[in-house]
Amino acid sequence: MRADQVRKIFDGYAVLRGISLDVARGELISIIGPSGCGKSTFLRCLNFLEIPDSGTVDIAGVTITRTGGRWTRQEEDAAHRLRAHVGMVFQSFNLFPHRTVLDNVMLAPVRVKRMPADEARAEALALLDKVGLSAMATRYPDTLSGGQQQRAAIARALAMRPDVMLYDEPTSALDPELAEEVLSVMRTLDNEGMTQLVVTHDMRFARAASDRVVFMDGGEIVEADDPDRLFVAPEDPRTRRFLRSVL
Amino acid sequence: MVLLLALAVTFLPVASHAAPLRWASDAEANVPFVFHDPADQSRLTGYEYEIAQAIARRLGRQTQFVQNDWDGLIPGLQRGLYDMVIDGIEITPEHEQGVLFSRPYYMTTERITVRRDQQGLDTLAALHGHVVGTLKDTTAERMLQADPSIRIRSYEEETNAYTDLKNGRLDAVLLDGTIALYYGSPDPDLKLVGAPIGQVAYGVAFAQGNSVLRDQVNAALDGMMRDGELHRILARWKLWTPAMAALTGDASTPEIAPDAWDHYRAATAPTAGWRARFDRYVSFLPLLLHGALLTFAVSACAMVLAVGLGLALALMRRYGPRWLGALATLYVEIVRGTPLLIQILFIFYALPGIGLRLSPFVAGVLALGMNYAAYEAENYRAGLQSVARGQIEAAIALNMTHFQALRFVVVPQAVRMVIPVMTNDFISLLKDSSLVSVITLTELSQTYVRLSSTYYDYFGTGLLIGVAYLLLGLPFVRLARMAEARFHTGRQRQGHI
Ligand SMILES: Nc1ncnc2c1ncn2[C@@H]1O[C@H](COP(=O)(O)OP(=O)(O)O)[C@@H](O)[C@H]1O
Ligand SMILES: [Mg+2]
Repeated sequence: MRADQVRKIFDGYAVLRGISLDVARGELISIIGPSGCGKSTFLRCLNFLEIPDSGTVDIAGVTITRTGGRWTRQEEDAAHRLRAHVGMVFQSFNLFPHRTVLDNVMLAPVRVKRMPADEARAEALALLDKVGLSAMATRYPDTLSGGQQQRAAIARALAMRPDVMLYDEPTSALDPELAEEVLSVMRTLDNEGMTQLVVTHDMRFARAASDRVVFMDGGEIVEADDPDRLFVAPEDPRTRRFLRSVL
Repeated sequence: MVLLLALAVTFLPVASHAAPLRWASDAEANVPFVFHDPADQSRLTGYEYEIAQAIARRLGRQTQFVQNDWDGLIPGLQRGLYDMVIDGIEITPEHEQGVLFSRPYYMTTERITVRRDQQGLDTLAALHGHVVGTLKDTTAERMLQADPSIRIRSYEEETNAYTDLKNGRLDAVLLDGTIALYYGSPDPDLKLVGAPIGQVAYGVAFAQGNSVLRDQVNAALDGMMRDGELHRILARWKLWTPAMAALTGDASTPEIAPDAWDHYRAATAPTAGWRARFDRYVSFLPLLLHGALLTFAVSACAMVLAVGLGLALALMRRYGPRWLGALATLYVEIVRGTPLLIQILFIFYALPGIGLRLSPFVAGVLALGMNYAAYEAENYRAGLQSVARGQIEAAIALNMTHFQALRFVVVPQAVRMVIPVMTNDFISLLKDSSLVSVITLTELSQTYVRLSSTYYDYFGTGLLIGVAYLLLGLPFVRLARMAEARFHTGRQRQGHI
């Protein structure tokens, strides 16, 4: 997966000033930086929840290049093909409250991929088992703890069999012990070779679990490096200042 | 939709030469002109009904009766809903501005009716300074207007005028001799006083320019006057007057029994005892059922339309392009800012002007449905707004299309929010559907007007109709309760995460 010179302007203000990032298959990349620096916007540009003003995104062979102008029908079709390879997990879970956990997981495979219900159910149950929620399949989301809800959200994204998973602050709304349940699922996926991009404020996780850490500030990537190098000996003074404030 | 189209086709008048003579009148509480036989509510009767039949027979045509509200009779004629109107319409210069009249088929005078114990109010001059009832837009009303000291109460229904006279709200009623004879004279509490006043001529009304039919009808009336058929009809209704003798030049006095008058008097004689009363109410049931079914059919079809259109409007406003949203907003504001009654009349009477002719049923459903759609749209908009933005994003991220996201994620959640409100809306729609009676539909409330005024029984009939409305609405009240209860527990559940 590759992003090249991705720019995004909100109300005349450049939120992303040309972000380029190559991600190898199976990598786990943490994106850190002060709030408001454009981390979420960058993540959302990768699956076109936000439409970049210019730049290229290439995921699993689907390439979309923006050069300004209106978002066309053809581009939306391309984005649809691209999203088939990308799963996303949100800070506030965004489970569908009117459906059970199992139905949450089954919905997209059945409706989008037209997978037979039996097959989808079997896969969904397997995924729920994997995230430790077999017992919760028939419950409604609002009866689950936050950690359980976020794990259900991960299972829901995995049900579409993505090549890349994007996480936008997946544990920020959770108490530390609940966050741990979620992070351990992400570690398991890493071990299985899933490519993952995680926007996070959890520096311990970023340092311990990532293959690479990206530090963003002011809509730019300031530095991207091996966690041990970046946390121990950052090159840029902005990185140093940021790390001092959060550690 | 298919159902609506089918109804439209069956209700639409088809114009062709072999077509029956379509004539209209307001048969609701319209004794002795055209009315439902109190002894058999499914049968029309009245001296003008018989005249209409006689005319058609002489023209060699079948008749097709079209019921219309008094106020809608002339607009309906101009709209081409029917060929002619026979409903005691007075030939006056004002009326001649709008329609073409046949020669007079009936002449009568104005009569004063007072309470039995009343003394002295037996001339127009004696009414000076009193409260006097009459019907609106009549010669009698204009006569009263000549004396500014008279406080005039103009009614739509003659029964209401005579009831108010009995109740002491009026000192006298001035109305046509025909009406006074049938409403005033049979009542033991009332009496007709003084000499006949002025003169009124009734004519058959045609659309401006339809002189062909007018001439044919004039010829038929001529024949009926010459061979005594008109005399026979009027005498049977006890309506042959010296003025009619003068008009027709027919001074004969044949022995004709007033059997139509007798039949009417017998059928409406005050019923003694609860048993007779009960039997009468039982005899209302088929009519009540018919009215209730129509009320329900109109309301249900209108609600289906309101739900569909309302949802489309709400989605346009929330997710459509800006110009479409603005259009939807404009629609909602216009509909909510104007009275429903005006909308119903507009759709039925004004749209034919641009070539859109709708049957009363379709027009009623359309008007009610389009009106309620505006309220439903607001309801759904609130429902959609209550669905968090993140829900759509999660759906899109799962590679759903916008349409799938709305269909499987947003709308089902919004529906849960709006069902209680929708059920309540349906109950008010059930009640508002009474307004379609103005475009000739005899639904439940119109059935009330007809029955109560025929028998002078507003109380008992009113209770019956009220019960019918309650029974219709009851299932939906329960549904609303159930939906509210479920919605409520849903909310509580979110409380204990
Ligand atoms: N939809 C939007 N419209 C306008 N401005 C936005 C929108 N989304 C984000 N922004 C702005 O873009 C900047 C970057 O936001 P975001 O990507 O959410 O930052 P981060 O996730 O790093 O905290 C912020 O200044 C934010 O206010
Ligand atoms: Mg963010």
